[in-house]
Amino acid sequence: MAERSFAREVQQLKVPAGTTFRGEGILAVTKALLEAGVGYVTGYQGSPISHLMDVLADAQPILNELGVYFEPAASEAAAAAALSASVNYPVRGAVTWKSTVGTNVASDALANLASGGVTGGALIIVGEDYGEGSSIMQERTHAFAMKSQMWLLDPKPHLPSIVKAVHDGFALSEATNTPVMLELRIRSCHLHGSFVTRENRRPQFTLKDALEHPRRDLSRIVLPPASFLHEKEKAEKRWPAAQRFIVEHGLNEIREGELDHLGIVMLGGMTNNTLRALRRLGQADLFGTSRVPLYILNVAYPLVDAEVVRFCTGKRAVLVIEEGQPDYHEQHLHSILRRHGLDTRLHGKDLLPMGGDYTVATITQALRRFLETHHPAAFATPVPVSMPAPRAAEVARLLPPRPPGLCVGCPERPIFSAMTLLERELGAHHVSADIGCHLFSIMPPFGIGATTMGYGLGASSASAFAAGAQLGASKKAIAIMGDGGFWHNGLTSGIANAVFNRHDNLFVIVDNNYSAATGGQDIPSSRADNANRSTKHPIEAAVRGVGVDWVRTITRTYDVTAMRSALHEALTTKSPGPKVVIAQSECMLNRQRREKPATAKAIGSGERVVKERFGVDAAVCSGDHACMRLSGCPSLTLAPSGDPLKPDPVARVDEHCVACGHCGEIADEAVLCPSFYKVHKVHNPTPFERWRAGLRARLLGWLHAREDQARDRRALYGPEAN
Amino acid sequence: MTGEPKHLCIAVMALGGQGGGVLVDWIVDLAEHAGWTAQATSVAGVAQRTGATIYYLELVEPTPGRVPVMALMPVPGDVDVLIAAELMEAGRAVERGLVTPDRTVLIASGHRTYAVQEKIVPGNGLADGAAVVDVLRSAARRLVIADMQSLAVTHGSVISASLFGALAGSGALPFERPAFEAVIERSGVGVTASLAAMREAADLAASRQRFEPAEPALQAEPRPLPAQASSPALQALVDRIRAEFPAPAWDWLGEGLARVVDWQDTAYGTEYLDRVAPFHRPDLGADGHGLTIEAARWIAVAMSYDDVIRVADLKTRASRRARILGEIGARADDVIGAEEYFHPRLAEVMGVLPRHWADRIGRSALLESWLSARLARGRRIASQTVRGHLQLRLVAGLRRWRRGNRRHAEEQAHLEAWLRFAQEVLHDGEAALAVEILRSRRLIKGYSDTHARGSGRFDHLMRAARGLRGRADAGAALASLREAALKDAEGRALADRLKALSLV
Repeated sequence: MAERSFAREVQQLKVPAGTTFRGEGILAVTKALLEAGVGYVTGYQGSPISHLMDVLADAQPILNELGVYFEPAASEAAAAAALSASVNYPVRGAVTWKSTVGTNVASDALANLASGGVTGGALIIVGEDYGEGSSIMQERTHAFAMKSQMWLLDPKPHLPSIVKAVHDGFALSEATNTPVMLELRIRSCHLHGSFVTRENRRPQFTLKDALEHPRRDLSRIVLPPASFLHEKEKAEKRWPAAQRFIVEHGLNEIREGELDHLGIVMLGGMTNNTLRALRRLGQADLFGTSRVPLYILNVAYPLVDAEVVRFCTGKRAVLVIEEGQPDYHEQHLHSILRRHGLDTRLHGKDLLPMGGDYTVATITQALRRFLETHHPAAFATPVPVSMPAPRAAEVARLLPPRPPGLCVGCPERPIFSAMTLLERELGAHHVSADIGCHLFSIMPPFGIGATTMGYGLGASSASAFAAGAQLGASKKAIAIMGDGGFWHNGLTSGIANAVFNRHDNLFVIVDNNYSAATGGQDIPSSRADNANRSTKHPIEAAVRGVGVDWVRTITRTYDVTAMRSALHEALTTKSPGPKVVIAQSECMLNRQRREKPATAKAIGSGERVVKERFGVDAAVCSGDHACMRLSGCPSLTLAPSGDPLKPDPVARVDEHCVACGHCGEIADEAVLCPSFYKVHKVHNPTPFERWRAGLRARLLGWLHAREDQARDRRALYGPEAN
Repeated sequence: MTGEPKHLCIAVMALGGQGGGVLVDWIVDLAEHAGWTAQATSVAGVAQRTGATIYYLELVEPTPGRVPVMALMPVPGDVDVLIAAELMEAGRAVERGLVTPDRTVLIASGHRTYAVQEKIVPGNGLADGAAVVDVLRSAARRLVIADMQSLAVTHGSVISASLFGALAGSGALPFERPAFEAVIERSGVGVTASLAAMREAADLAASRQRFEPAEPALQAEPRPLPAQASSPALQALVDRIRAEFPAPAWDWLGEGLARVVDWQDTAYGTEYLDRVAPFHRPDLGADGHGLTIEAARWIAVAMSYDDVIRVADLKTRASRRARILGEIGARADDVIGAEEYFHPRLAEVMGVLPRHWADRIGRSALLESWLSARLARGRRIASQTVRGHLQLRLVAGLRRWRRGNRRHAEEQAHLEAWLRFAQEVLHDGEAALAVEILRSRRLIKGYSDTHARGSGRFDHLMRAARGLRGRADAGAALASLREAALKDAEGRALADRLKALSLV
């Protein structure tokens, strides 16, 4: 039930060894997992790694054949905990999620896993959602690797390097009994490129072996005194082992260059953009040959002291390029240089910004200053770097901002229209939002939602406002969450908590058939059958099960009147305890992807199909746009009125309309104007319908002719002027 | 460094749902098929939900045995081809420095997809497309711009096909047209339609035609006043316009006359000209023509206010049926239907009742609340059935009694007070202020709450106009208040402006 089908990509997972695989970075990782003989894979979907989960979900037959177990986990914590299978058994496991948010959720399990250590290779693939295009708080995963002593790989954004990192990651994990994180930035995940495949491998040791011959080792369990020994082991055994492995297998790269008194230390992920910056300055060619020596850290953590010393010895100055804050690498390099008595000058955040994307332009600037200071001869003949002054000021004032918003026909829109109307009646309320499409409510036209504290935490982030009952407040708080967040943890952290603590707040749960925002993956309350999962577990049963008495399920969110009255009742009732409103309608984006081709096929095969869309009478529309302030639907747009007496643009429904009916409903509910109408056409009608339509058309034609005659008696312009 | 292989950097700016990814896949396929190395990446994130998305590609000619290292993001100054799937996104590319006059071929669709911020303004919040096109012309080495959206739709295809065609026709890539066509044929989906859209766009790009933004003017021009009225009944009124009013105002008077007569009857046309007449001031010379034109426009608007009678009439016309058939892609003999969304409230119903009836109901709280409850829901009328049509015609037929209904009395009183005020100001020699008083009528529009809010703002402006009397800048000040009142629904801009003019 995912947003898109991966049937084509799945076929690529089966190609024989030696084939050139073309595709996205994240698909290359998926293929590499199978080549590495992984025994089980789990994770939680989210940009930019959703496709890894979706491809594996579509690849179930191939996985069955190879003996690989796959499951979409309930949360990142659940996925991380699943890696415990690699603690006692030599089975390779991989998990994936969006980071740092997913790593935050998983970090309890990860910390325990890292403490006891692993026997089988444990690979944690994190989609580093940082910089342009990111949808979350700007943090780096690096800190998690450091605090728990897990190793962090950051390969070059190049498919063969990414694939190699998967193989290296498992080997490193096994050689050091330590879980390994593999970090892929957004652009690397979506990177189209190619690599040459190896043979897929069945896991050498299977989970069947594990179940039938269970093992335990007291020294791997995180309880004193073992936990104290784990800490010692990390420092004394695993860390040196990792450094040895990195050096012996050449995971990092040192590239010599003619300007050998200088050097650049950078994360693997920064390589391409840094080389481009060097090329712009005339210091590198298109094939990555650089005049400045490079030390490329495909392993971001741990640093290898010996390699650092080798690279820096004899150098006057080194520039370290690491995105984000704080400057972990810079600090670490300083300490290594000082410890080994090297006086190489170290630059980093003094030339580069502390935060934000390191674009090619940013790196170019830093490199220019670095070279100007330490090797002015580099620019003896001036290097023209075309750096146009962006015409930002001139153009910016002409351009309207375009934040993401709810899709055409989105079932969440009417919920916020109802809330907007309710605010007009009952005044503004404190609204805690969650993660998911519903968060677009914070943008115009709705402007609803004050905070977002994490996935599934919408309900619990309204907890403090339960003080209202104690303090005699006249209003309740409203908390919103989606079905994805609800099953991720919201049921317990939010709803059960609200029951237990006798919250009087209103909890709106948006139930759009599956986890829509992450790409339409199934969850327990999905309403479709899934051959591999158990679905159709209603949210209402779950909330009643944890003790909520007041529940209203609205089975069609587009019914703004019903939506508004349920919310109104919830906010005004004297009934004690949490009030839960479950708003159900299927995600329109996914529904259309399924239904559009099906409808076209049905029409083609002669089935009777009714197609609908909405329209606006330009002559009736007032041009006030009140409907847009309650809707924001992309297909509800503007057009010139065509009437010289009406200077403002009028509403128009464009061809993308899916006839969800929302604009008509709000025109009704908010008593806006009578310009909306729904029109339908019956494809392949029955003979009776055809006969009746013919009769109607004739009668209406006769009436129209009569009426037009009367109107013509008052007409100034001839028909041709109209 | 010299002797480097041919290397092209391409950025694509698209909106979520426009198929930017498909276009990128096609370009990759085009290059790889020719043996080139292609790298593509994007930052989609949440932008798939209608926000702006940026894709980036690098293509390098065959370099046997050597692997080029390519960047992951477009670099200002280093973009060879920029493809923008919407006009403002093309502007955004310029803003980001991704279009430079020495290097970039800019391929843009000139159509607009309005942003929410533009749509929610109560007046006209649309961005200035022509100004953006001007910027684009000087920003790029070469600009290929056309309405790629409409072009694609005409062929039953999508914008990625027409943009791909424009890329082919622009000559910006070292591949021949058949190679582009082969890509579409290989894609296997909607090939015929996509090829047709692609070819037309390619021809257009190759022809280097100058593109004017297709955005139709928001303010429609008045039609020329006909010498002969279509209906002989109106000829006397047309003759009167020509005889009594200055020529620059004729076309506007024609539009106004046509509107009010269509709205009510011929006699109403005479009333209309009588009302405009005092705003023709020959003593002001040519300066007074603006005053006459504004009076002609806004008196017509005020006299043909929106009521259920008018709505029912507009929704039952033959021309309207033809229009909805077109919208759903139906022929005259197809089986279609339409549901009209009506929600008349007590005020609207009382409005069409004869004054004394309405007043009587208004005196009985019990009757009023009973009626209110009956009306507290929306009504759906199937206008394309005989029954629905007749229901609506019944309402439209109330036109005959309109002059005696309550709403009409209220509107007349309001109209007269407004015109009296404008005359008074004019009489005192403040013609500029009088013009703006007339133009303020633009604020009153719509039905129910919208109408109430507009009327409230209008009243505000009239009070402000009184405060402004005698000030040299009174006209300009009132105009600025009107613009402010149309900026937002909450009235923040208006409040700020009133404060700035020390009128509160």
